[in-house]
Amino acid sequence: MAVIRLGPSTYQFENIRILAAAAVGGPKEGQGPLGAYFDSIWSSELKDHASFEVAERHLLLEAQDLAVKKSAVPWESIDMVMGGDLLDQLASTNFAGREHQRPLLGLFAACAVFTEALGLGAMAIAGGGPRNVLAAAASHHMAAERQFRFPIELGYQRAPTAAWTATAAGACLVSGSDAVTGEGGVSVESVTFGRVVDWGSKDPNDMGTAMAPAAYDTICRHFEDTGRSIEDYDQIYTGDLGVFGVRLLSALAQKDGKHWDERLDDCGRALYAIDKQDVHNGGSGAGCSASVFSGFIYNRLLKKDLQRVLLVATGALFSPTTYQQGESIPSIAHAVSVRRL
Amino acid sequence: MASQAKQGSQKMQEYQDMANQMRPRKPLLKNALWAFFVGGLISEVGQGVQWFFMQHGLSAKEATPPMTVVMIGIGALLTGLGWYDRVVKHGGMGGSLPITGFANAMVAPAMEFRTEGLVLGVGAKLFTVAGPVLAYGLAAAFVVGLLRLLITGVA
Repeated sequence: MAVIRLGPSTYQFENIRILAAAAVGGPKEGQGPLGAYFDSIWSSELKDHASFEVAERHLLLEAQDLAVKKSAVPWESIDMVMGGDLLDQLASTNFAGREHQRPLLGLFAACAVFTEALGLGAMAIAGGGPRNVLAAAASHHMAAERQFRFPIELGYQRAPTAAWTATAAGACLVSGSDAVTGEGGVSVESVTFGRVVDWGSKDPNDMGTAMAPAAYDTICRHFEDTGRSIEDYDQIYTGDLGVFGVRLLSALAQKDGKHWDERLDDCGRALYAIDKQDVHNGGSGAGCSASVFSGFIYNRLLKKDLQRVLLVATGALFSPTTYQQGESIPSIAHAVSVRRL
Repeated sequence: MASQAKQGSQKMQEYQDMANQMRPRKPLLKNALWAFFVGGLISEVGQGVQWFFMQHGLSAKEATPPMTVVMIGIGALLTGLGWYDRVVKHGGMGGSLPITGFANAMVAPAMEFRTEGLVLGVGAKLFTVAGPVLAYGLAAAFVVGLLRLLITGVA
């Protein structure tokens, strides 16, 4: 275990692994093309819970518990839980902590929080601190609608660029115990932490436009610091740029003479059948990249479909208040490079 | 500390121009047709209800308030059943503008904030959507009423 500073924002690790990952999704996510990759699919958005906020919390708890169980590491040996969600005061993450009773670092980076937790967890372990870190994130469509948009039963027309907050949670158990060696696992290779990028977008119904420059900035700096290029990755997955955001990201790269199209995909775009499920620009939310990675991407790595992936979760860092006061939408993206061993 | 905003304002503008060009458009004609027919259908139903009351001996003016009550009831019922949001999803303003849309704007928050209790939930949040419409609707009514008084002399 060691951590090496590769550049101003990138850190590389040795022997940090993901021991297990778990993804839990709502009914709509289960009906999507990645439904089979979820460990658990809820039959309804509420699943007998008293409110959508309580439902989100249990979505997170279920993903965390499944990941820990799959790893065979006892809960008592989880030294730290890291992660976040979209609700005010990180309600889901903090109230889940009331249940699991492990040391908790609640993080906020909007929908980019999963890679922040994964990268920070790997850094903490590589630095010789905790041995096992559980990184997790969750979002719930209805709870997010309530907080950021309108009451659920209120009729209104969504813009073609509007995102659909996913009802989903994902959790990864990251470990650095030297006992785990040999082939067969997935390692967390490096992390590039993003900076806040704001190119003047103001429309909360088009977060792809707001976040694409942040993703571009982080990916470019990741390549700069590591000396790699897109050919070194089987796939780059952005978090929730959606259909339009990915096109913009490709166009930004194209302008600088780089051809990213083929190896660029997006968790929010992959999560749903865009034409059939009426999700407009695609999925979003903290649980979007967390569940797509912990379910779909992690399993494809295990199956050797993919060798090396860069996960670039993207977050729009605005609040309803800043938006109403006419401010533009600052965004951030954190990139984590994972590799099949 | 070089603030990004000052450094790259031209780059930002170029990017926003590019995004504006590439952004998927709203299907305006389709939306307008849907709004016309959905709004028209709701209005026809309202007219039918008014005629029903007129058949039972009310004048056109007297039949208006009970018709409004029935339409609000229908809007509230469809909202409660979880159907009215689909009406507006397709119908747009054709679903929002009629009185049924107003019922939707009142009932949706009432249902939504039930989990926060009757006082701080339903009571406080009931007008979150309809509040601006009421406030500016009333203000506009005063202005129009004043103009009418000044021009026609009829209060």
